[in-house]
Amino acid sequence: MQTKQMTFPSRWLPYALLAPQVAITLVFFLWPASQALYQSLLRQDAFGLRTTFVGLDNFARLFDDPGYLNAVSATAVFAVGTTLLSMGMALLLAATVNRMLRSRESYTTLLVWPYAIAPAIAGVLWWFIFNPSIGIVPYILEILGYRWNHRTSGSDAMLLVIFAAAWKQISYNFLFFLAGLQSIPQSLIEAAAIDGASPFKRFWTIVFPLLSPTTFFLMVVNVVYAMFDTFGVIHATTQGGPAQATNILVYKVYADGFVGLNLGSSAAQSVILMAIVVVLTVIQFRFIERRVNY
Amino acid sequence: MASIQLTGLKKTYAGNVEAVKGIDLEIADGEFVVLVGPSGCGKSTLLRMVAGLETITDGTLKIDDRVVNDLEPAERDIAMVFQNYALYPHMTVFGNLAYGLKNRGVKREEIERRVHDAAAMLEIEPFLERKPRKLSGGQRQRVAMGRALVREPSAFLFDEPLSNLDAKLRVQMRVEIKQLQRRLKTTSLYVTHDQLEALTLGDRLVVLNGGSIEQVGTPMEVYEKPASMFVATFIGSPAMNMLPVAYLRERGANGLLDHLAADTDVIGIRPDDLRIEAPDEDHLVVTGTVELFEAAGAESHLYVSLEGSDQPTVIRTSARPPVAEGETMRFHVLPSALHPFNQASGKRTQQGVS
Repeated sequence: MQTKQMTFPSRWLPYALLAPQVAITLVFFLWPASQALYQSLLRQDAFGLRTTFVGLDNFARLFDDPGYLNAVSATAVFAVGTTLLSMGMALLLAATVNRMLRSRESYTTLLVWPYAIAPAIAGVLWWFIFNPSIGIVPYILEILGYRWNHRTSGSDAMLLVIFAAAWKQISYNFLFFLAGLQSIPQSLIEAAAIDGASPFKRFWTIVFPLLSPTTFFLMVVNVVYAMFDTFGVIHATTQGGPAQATNILVYKVYADGFVGLNLGSSAAQSVILMAIVVVLTVIQFRFIERRVNY
Repeated sequence: MASIQLTGLKKTYAGNVEAVKGIDLEIADGEFVVLVGPSGCGKSTLLRMVAGLETITDGTLKIDDRVVNDLEPAERDIAMVFQNYALYPHMTVFGNLAYGLKNRGVKREEIERRVHDAAAMLEIEPFLERKPRKLSGGQRQRVAMGRALVREPSAFLFDEPLSNLDAKLRVQMRVEIKQLQRRLKTTSLYVTHDQLEALTLGDRLVVLNGGSIEQVGTPMEVYEKPASMFVATFIGSPAMNMLPVAYLRERGANGLLDHLAADTDVIGIRPDDLRIEAPDEDHLVVTGTVELFEAAGAESHLYVSLEGSDQPTVIRTSARPPVAEGETMRFHVLPSALHPFNQASGKRTQQGVS
């Protein structure tokens, strides 16, 4: 890759221009991150009067804690569910919109709107739709013979947060899938049509394999989103309940640290999350380097 | 094997744009027909209509005496070679060739046999396990042909298959396509904008312009007796020179133009029919100044401004003519080499002259 060389009139100017960004990174990222690392090795008493160094004991306790292991499995279900649902819906919509000629632009614009909505608002929206007393969906489900109540049923609650989180992410996935579909030459699909493949078969044997770079990229992005950016959705709807059923890792960091005031354990949890993010980021960058895999 | 019959075939796009304006054409079983014309003449649209990739607005399309207007491309028993080859990038060469057969439920041993036969014929056997991106342009072209071959369809459709190749490879593949077609005797419809490709490949040419047929005929018929001024200037390179009849009459050519129809007002002369040496028979003479001399190896082109005319004129001669730039000289034309046209209709005026 060719890089453009820029010469500055004085030596300190480039550093001055970089300084605000560096300062923000230091204050809002590196300092809190180092604090978290430090805190994860300490334990405070109930009144915050004494702090003792406990080494890796916070981590060891976490992996013995059924509550934490429950959060790990809830996160796995939530992340997989959100990713599958949002990517599946987005692919379906993108494939449909891609067949439109004149209305493509308007559909694209409309389908991107949910992305502009704050996670908490999306959560509240779905909370209303699924509200057991006033929501429209429980009303319809009642007629169909199912009694929806995410306040008492853990699986109902999990479905609710998956719906809310996935709905918001569909827009993003949709845009990438649509771009991916449009980059597939029309002549390939025509060639497959002449080769006797039905529209369904064309999609699964030609289009879908050619979309695989996009699909893989989105999978990583969606897992990261589900694991880390969904605090607002959870907080506005179930708050981790009922009975910890939707208490995903990132929410548990908040609940244990800021509600339970168990700072050591909360810090240890955030360090584990940090490690997961690092791994996912490495996977993503590794992959982006060799973008085309066919 | 099959014949293809087009009757009043029309294509109208939204907004009343007529891309193809009623084409009548009959392609015999085993014939190689080339559709040739400038870009936007509707030749690709016509081919895609035959393939089933474009809907037919009006008219009838028959393949092997069966009306196929509303059939899916797969049901028409045709194979197509695309301009950009359209190879499936995620499949090996073998996978590319086998795809169409698998979709049709051909047995595994039969697929193996047919793919290897086609690969042997096209000399792509060493590449069967490679992905298309690991192949050169010429190899990809062969794979695209192979994908059409293995299907053993009743007709081949070619959509400018050679235009992405470099000049040398293009000539080589042109010869191979011709030989292959001779051997397989499969009815073929070939689209190109390259007049040389059209002349060398086709049993018959169909010259298209603005969505209509200008002329249908064997390459030599089209070259020696172009039916319109458009065909005359499109086929043959350098293009035919066009001179007003009045201009030739002024040069004292009266007696030699009497056999032409009364409505002739433009005369076409091929660049090689303007000669430097005077022939023995009665002939026309024009005088001009050589503006530019272009050596092209086996032949040379003279760009001449004729005395009393602002029409640029091209002359094709042997490799080393005794001519210098700036020289004024006489050029000789036999009356039999004149192509008479009418300016208003654009058509040839008198049949039987050549």
